[in-house]
Amino acid sequence: MRTLEQTTQEVLDLASKHFNVPPGSLAPEDDFFKKLGIDSLQTLEMLSRLENHFGIELPDYEVQGVSDFRTLASRIQSRL
Amino acid sequence: MKSFSGKALHWEWREGVIELTLDREPANEIGLAMLEELEHFVAAFESLAPETSACILHSERKHGFSAGADLRELYHTAAQLQEKERLAGVRSFLERIHAVFNAIDAAPFTTIAAIHGVCFGGGFELALTCDIIVADKMGRFAFPELRLGLIPGFGGIPRLKRDLGNAFIRDLLLTGRSINATRAQSVGLVAQLAAEGEALRIARATAAQASKFDGATRAVAKKFIKPVPHEEFRREIDLFCGLFARPTVMAALKKFVESTDAMPYLP
Repeated sequence: MRTLEQTTQEVLDLASKHFNVPPGSLAPEDDFFKKLGIDSLQTLEMLSRLENHFGIELPDYEVQGVSDFRTLASRIQSRL
Repeated sequence: MKSFSGKALHWEWREGVIELTLDREPANEIGLAMLEELEHFVAAFESLAPETSACILHSERKHGFSAGADLRELYHTAAQLQEKERLAGVRSFLERIHAVFNAIDAAPFTTIAAIHGVCFGGGFELALTCDIIVADKMGRFAFPELRLGLIPGFGGIPRLKRDLGNAFIRDLLLTGRSINATRAQSVGLVAQLAAEGEALRIARATAAQASKFDGATRAVAKKFIKPVPHEEFRREIDLFCGLFARPTVMAALKKFVESTDAMPYLP
């Protein structure tokens, strides 16, 4: 079972890899919309990548209003 | 005509297989331009059908198959009309889109939707007209219409009911959430799961396999297993128009059109 810290780090690594942001430049408290510069369709892409990576379903309404990596990771953690 | 290139889509017939490519910025929204060219496309079926074994529907757009109905066009068109004209216009659009979707649904050749990225609302309904859905792992499906105070209007619920269990449909419809391709495969919506970017290649291999069978047998088998639920479509159009008449719909469309939210498809 992953810890929340591990999950958060995996979310950061995945975001960095797929949205062309230098590794290590993202922090848990960062606003991912601002940091990644993603729009609504790219948000869905991120959701798919997170679900595929963690092997979970993450309903859109659970991440609606979430904008920082740490909270996003906690939503994922509750479904692992 | 064995090929066509328009503003919203293009298609080509080659060795018994038609490939229809949706190609309208930003994400293949289905409005009048798309409808007119889809009408042009199905009008070619009569001449092409005798020498066609399969048809693939896919998208050239990076973000996915289709984000659904063109809500911006719908809002701006409807906002200029009086209520009576507005409702007549919506009903006319629905009748036309149903005619096109029914033609694809009942085509005497094997139809395959190759999905990547978003496949939402009317785009999802278009995919559901196909016999087989192939989706890559980044495919996402949703019926977000309830956020607008509407139900899916292009035949989506009757077609989904034809294929899948009611409980799953209620989850999709009543939450408006999107599901990924893996989940869609687990419930039987997606026939074949592809690696990212591989849906079209797998759809082509599937079309090649379908081409090996006798055409007359294929048409009989398809008609037997895949009845078109015309009566339910009539009810759906009436329900949709009844809902569209309420002022909440125009208010919701306005909110969507003006939204900068990251998930504008949710309420």
